[in-house]
Amino acid sequence: MKVEQISIFIENKSGRLAEITRILGEAGINIRALSLADTSDFGILRLIVNDVEKAKGILKEKGFTVNKTEVVAVEVPDQPGGLSSILQVLDHEGINVEYMYAFVERCGGNAVIIFRIDETDRAITALTAHHFNILAGERLYQM
Amino acid sequence: MANYFHEEFETLPRAALEALQLKRLQGVVARVYANVPFYRHAFDAAGVRPEEIKNLADLQRLPFTTKQDMRDSYPYGLFAAPMEEIVRIHASSGTTGKPTVVGYTQQDVTTWAELMARSFMAAGAHKGDIIHNAYGYGLFTGGLGAHYGAEKLGASVIPISGGNTKRQIMIMQDFGSTVLTCTPSYSLYLAEEAAIEGVDIKGSRLRVGIFGAEPWSEAMRAEIEAKLGLDAIDIYGLSEIMGPGVAIECVEGKQGLHIWEDHFIPEIINPETCQPVGEGEKGELVITTITKQGIPLIRYRTRDITSLDRTPCVCGRTHGRIARLSGRSDDMIIIRGVNVFPSQIESILMRSEGVEPHYLLIVDRKDNLDTLEVQVEVNEELFSDEIKVLQSLGRKIEKEIKDVLGVTSTVKLVEPKTLQRSEGKAKRVQDTRKL
Repeated sequence: MKVEQISIFIENKSGRLAEITRILGEAGINIRALSLADTSDFGILRLIVNDVEKAKGILKEKGFTVNKTEVVAVEVPDQPGGLSSILQVLDHEGINVEYMYAFVERCGGNAVIIFRIDETDRAITALTAHHFNILAGERLYQM
Repeated sequence: MANYFHEEFETLPRAALEALQLKRLQGVVARVYANVPFYRHAFDAAGVRPEEIKNLADLQRLPFTTKQDMRDSYPYGLFAAPMEEIVRIHASSGTTGKPTVVGYTQQDVTTWAELMARSFMAAGAHKGDIIHNAYGYGLFTGGLGAHYGAEKLGASVIPISGGNTKRQIMIMQDFGSTVLTCTPSYSLYLAEEAAIEGVDIKGSRLRVGIFGAEPWSEAMRAEIEAKLGLDAIDIYGLSEIMGPGVAIECVEGKQGLHIWEDHFIPEIINPETCQPVGEGEKGELVITTITKQGIPLIRYRTRDITSLDRTPCVCGRTHGRIARLSGRSDDMIIIRGVNVFPSQIESILMRSEGVEPHYLLIVDRKDNLDTLEVQVEVNEELFSDEIKVLQSLGRKIEKEIKDVLGVTSTVKLVEPKTLQRSEGKAKRVQDTRKL
């Protein structure tokens, strides 16, 4: 039920993002979702791609520092209060969200949000109990 | 007005000075052989007996002492006097965390004060001066060394120590300071802060500035003299040998620093071959202390690069002059008066992160204060997908460096392979200070 995300360390200097997307594009890797967090000195690019191992391998080969993390992809009712209903469950369970970002494509009539959570398994159990749809990695990569 | 503190010794004809050096050298060699196992073994290994030192040239038969030897003997192994005779202990940073420890007997403290008083006089200070001593007090020898010398001179000393610049400027004005002792960069910082406060430091009573513990240049001297309106004098010292006051420029000449040869025998060697260089040539300064009781050192390799000039000086002193220091024969860098070895930063990174990351130290001088940036390559062990983890990693390393070395730094995380590697060994220091 978990999704694998890769994170890449980038210095804040021009052309780094272009370089990474070029490398992935040339390797035929499709980016499904992304989020960029940055400070004045460095940034962290987080990606959901269609081929995690290949993307990780090729970026490492090109000298980037890459990590793999497990995240949770949750289908969100595309209506006012949709995201709030998910966060309420996590809040009620005392589960901390480190960060989250939206998926670029829709799943049926609903949106997809990626959550990075400190207690992934507990979050999945809680959200499933509340009838939220958790998307499996395989499905997401191929969307 | 006489400008000698010990006129007889300071102007001793060379022949008499060398005779005194030999007598004192023979004395110290016999003492360390008898009292310090390290030296007994080293002399035996070199096949030289104390009684074989018949003239000054025989000094070259004796083995060198290095900072490593001091570290191996940590803390008191090289002391030549029993602990109950030691009245003061100072220390400077070592290469891997453990400091280099020195001990002074009562006689050593007196000698140091006298040599520092001599140095004050050579710089143009005298009894009646108000000495604003902004060197740090503590394990570092700067503060207390200058302090005791100022008292011995008969001047009024203000033990202001470092920091709190606004207060320093107020006290300097209100107390009527005439002599300033601090690092050269701090003097410029003081001048700038004074200008911001609307204080005319150039019009103050300051007449003499004695600056050391940090590399500087003739260009900086001109800038300091123009901004503070005083004679800027270069002073040299190191805790292993004594502390400040080993050598100083005379205000009349400002052409090299007189090294007090009745207490120290200087040699200049080629750091690669360890052989003496030609007259006046540049090399590494090696010093033998010939009057110290607590921790006499034989042929101590200072790693400082200079040259020695024994031609007569306008001031009348007969003691040779070392040129303004032009570098180091090791990789030590001096940041705001604090000695820093890249290996210390390396061990901090190793200890705090458990990995050996590639790093580069960038030393610069901004607004007259030295800055240290530590660039660390982010490898997979250090990396995290969370910003806060990486940020706290930087803060943690900065804190460790501050705690261990006493130096404020900025850690910058960089991508792998961005730091230059040359001949298999990474370049660890980039010193972009324009002195």
